[in-house]
Amino acid sequence: MRVSQVARSCFNTLRLNFRPAPMTRSHFTYYPTAVGPGDAKKMNMFTAINNAMDLALEEDSTALLFGEDVGFGGVFRCSVNLRDKYGKDRVFNSPLCEQGIAGFAIGVANAGATAIAEIQFADYIFPSFDQIVNEAAKYRYRSGGLFDCGSLTFRVPCGAVGHGALYHSQSPEAYFAHTPGLRVVVPRGPIKAKGLLLACIRDPNPCIVFEPKTLYRAAVEEVPTEYYTSELGKADILRKGKDVTLIGWGTQVHVLLEVAELAKEKHNIDCEVIDLVSILPWDTETICNSAKKTGRVVIAHEAPFTQGFGSEIAAYIQDKCFLNLEAPVKRVTGWDTPFPHVFEPFYLPDKLRCLTAIKDIVNY
Amino acid sequence: MFKVAGKISSRLDSRLLLRCSSAQPLAPCVEETVESQSQPLNNASPQELNLGDEYRVVYLPKDFKLHRLNAGPARAVAIMKSQAREYYRQLLTVRLLESAASRLYKEQLVRGFCHLYMGQEACAVGIRAAMRSNDKLITGYRVHGWAYMMGVSARGVLGELTGRRSGCSGGKGGSMHMYGRNFYGGTGIVGDQVPLGAGVALTSKYLQDGGVCLALYGDGAANQGQVFECFNMALLWKLPMIFVCENNNYGMGTSSQRAAANVNYYTRGDLMPGIWVNGQDVLAVRSATEFAIKHAQQEGPIILELCTYRYGGHSMSDPGTSYRTREEIQKVRQQHDPIQGFGALCLEQQILTADELQEISQMARLEMEVATRAARKDGEPPLSHLWSDVYSGVYEGKLSGVHPGIEA
Repeated sequence: MRVSQVARSCFNTLRLNFRPAPMTRSHFTYYPTAVGPGDAKKMNMFTAINNAMDLALEEDSTALLFGEDVGFGGVFRCSVNLRDKYGKDRVFNSPLCEQGIAGFAIGVANAGATAIAEIQFADYIFPSFDQIVNEAAKYRYRSGGLFDCGSLTFRVPCGAVGHGALYHSQSPEAYFAHTPGLRVVVPRGPIKAKGLLLACIRDPNPCIVFEPKTLYRAAVEEVPTEYYTSELGKADILRKGKDVTLIGWGTQVHVLLEVAELAKEKHNIDCEVIDLVSILPWDTETICNSAKKTGRVVIAHEAPFTQGFGSEIAAYIQDKCFLNLEAPVKRVTGWDTPFPHVFEPFYLPDKLRCLTAIKDIVNY
Repeated sequence: MFKVAGKISSRLDSRLLLRCSSAQPLAPCVEETVESQSQPLNNASPQELNLGDEYRVVYLPKDFKLHRLNAGPARAVAIMKSQAREYYRQLLTVRLLESAASRLYKEQLVRGFCHLYMGQEACAVGIRAAMRSNDKLITGYRVHGWAYMMGVSARGVLGELTGRRSGCSGGKGGSMHMYGRNFYGGTGIVGDQVPLGAGVALTSKYLQDGGVCLALYGDGAANQGQVFECFNMALLWKLPMIFVCENNNYGMGTSSQRAAANVNYYTRGDLMPGIWVNGQDVLAVRSATEFAIKHAQQEGPIILELCTYRYGGHSMSDPGTSYRTREEIQKVRQQHDPIQGFGALCLEQQILTADELQEISQMARLEMEVATRAARKDGEPPLSHLWSDVYSGVYEGKLSGVHPGIEA
C-alpha cells in the first residue's frame, strides 16, 4: 500500500544513526516575511518577543510580566534581561499554579495595570481555562462595562515542536475561539510576533497570543526595531493565486507556502495562501473574498479534526459563499487522537497530505 | 556542556551571561554532614527481624521533624544483610538507568522532554522498601526510577523512552508516561496526579483491600491549588493516603524559597500531620514510610516531605546551572549522595564488604547494558497504534477524523 511505503521511507529517514548527526526533523521550511523600509534588525522569534516586551514595559509603567521561570529569562528565553532592566517588582516568577496565575492576571488588569502573563506551555493552560473563560471573557459583559480586564495579555507557547509528544505540542486555540469576549491570535514569525504582542498589550480586550514554539529559533527575519503594532482581526494574503485558497496559521502557514510552490511546479495549480493571524475575531471578509474568487478552499491546522477551528471557517464559508464554491471545503488537520509520542510525523498535516488535498479538490 | 537535541530552545548556553540566582541558602537537609552511630536495639523498626539473616541496628543521624504528631518514625532501624544488598542494588540500578537514559538522549534516540531522577534515588528505594504488595503509588513526570522500582523492567523503561513496542506503554507514552501494577504513573501535567491519588485511596478504602495510596509531587507542584483541594478531601473522608512531597528544592528554574511562602511542605496540610525526612538517607525514608503507612491505615492521611536534590537540570533541555551554582551541586554530590552514603554505611557497619558492593555494581551495570541494547534495537510500534487506545472496545478500528487512506 502506498501509505505503508511512505511510512517505511519516513521510518528509514527517521531512523537515527549512532553518530549524533544533526537531523532535520521539522516538517516545515520557514518562509520569512519581507518588511518595508525603516530600521530593522535580524531577529529570531524569541528575540523579537523580547524586544516587544522591552518596548511595552518601557512605554507603559504599569506593565507587569509574570509567569513560571520568567525571571531568569524564561524557558524559551523570551524574557531575557527584562528583570535586570525593569526590576523584580515588574518582572517576576510566579509559583507553579496556572489557575492562580490567570486569576491573578485578571485581577491585575481589572485594577488598571497592564498584565502580561505567561503560561509556560499551552498544554498547561487548562487549569486556567475556568479563569479565562468565566472571568476574563465575561467581566465587561457582566459589569455592564464598569470593569474589564482589557489590559490583560496571555502569552502561551503552543504547537508541535518535533518531539513534544502529548503535553508539549498541543494547539488549544479552538477551545478559546469558542468564548466570546476574548481575542486569540497566532503569529507566524518574528515580525508578526512582535507586532501582534504589542497590539494585544494595547488592545482593550483580554488577549491570548499562542506562539508556535518551534518558530522561536527557526524563524529569523529582519524585524523593525521601533514600536509597531500589527492589525488585529486582519488576515494576511501571503501569496496570491486563482485556483485554490489555502488557509492556515502559525507554523502551518509555512507548510502551506511550500505546498503552494509544489502545486505550481508539479501540477500547475495556482494557490492563494492566507495566514489567518487572528482566530478570534477572525477576518471573515478576506477569507470570503478569496473563497469566492477561487471557489476551492483547503484549511490546514495541527489541532485535531473534530471541532478544530477549521470547522468554524468551513461552516462560515459554505454559508456565505455557497454559490461560488466549486467543491466542498476541505480540512487537513491533526487526527482525532491525543498528540502522539512517536507517531508525530504521521499525525501532522504535512506537505504531502496538503498537496493531496489540493489535488483532490481540484479534481472534484 | 552537551548539545541539546531538538530544534526548540531551552538550551541555556553557559557562555551567555545569564545571571544565576543569588546564593541561596541550601535547604536544611543538605547543610549538615552525615554521621552514623551504632546504638543498642531499643525502639527498633516495626519490621519483622528474620534472625536467620545477619542484621545490624543503625541509629539514623538526622532526626525527623514532626507536625501535629506526638511520636514519629523510629530512629533506630534494623537492616538485614539481604536488605542491604537489595537496597544498594536498587539505588545503583536507578542511577545507572538514568545514566543510560541520558546517554540515549544525547544520541538523539530519546527525544522530547526527559526528566532524570539522579540524586533522588533514596526516595524511591526507601519508599518501595516499606510498601506492601497492595499499596499503590502515583507520581509526576520524573518517573523512570519509579517505574523501575514499581516493577517495570529496565528494558520496559528504556524501550518506552526510545519509543519501542517493548516499552511499558507500547512506545506511546514516552518519558513521562510509564505505568505498572499498582503504579498509576506518570503524568506530564504538574499536580494532576494528586487528586488521582486521592481517588485511588478512596477506592482502596471502599473495597477494603487494606492498601494505602502514596501520591508523590514536588516542591513546585506543592503550590498547585488541586493539592490543597486534596488535603481537604483526604482529611474530610479519612482517606488512607500518604502525600509525599519530593522536595528537591527547585521547581524547574525557581528555587522553592522563591516559590513558596511556607517552605515547610510537611506542614502545609494544616490539620494533617506531617513528617520531614532526610530524603538522601534510604533507611530514614523507609522508616518514615513504614510509620506513614500505619498512620494512613489507622488514623488518616499524612504528609511526608522528603528533602532531596537532583543533580541534573529539570529535564535534559535544562543544564540546571543558570539558577543554581555548580558548587552547590558538587557539594551535594560529595557530601549527601544517597548511593555513596548507603555504601559507606554498609561498609562501616560491616554488613557488606567492598567486594560485595563491587559485585552488585557489576551486576547492575550488566542489567543496564542489556536493557540499553534492547532499547536501541527493539521494534517500533506499528502505524495502526497511532489511533489505537483512544477509546475502548467497539470504537477501535474505525475512528472518525482519522483519514481512511492511512488504515493499514
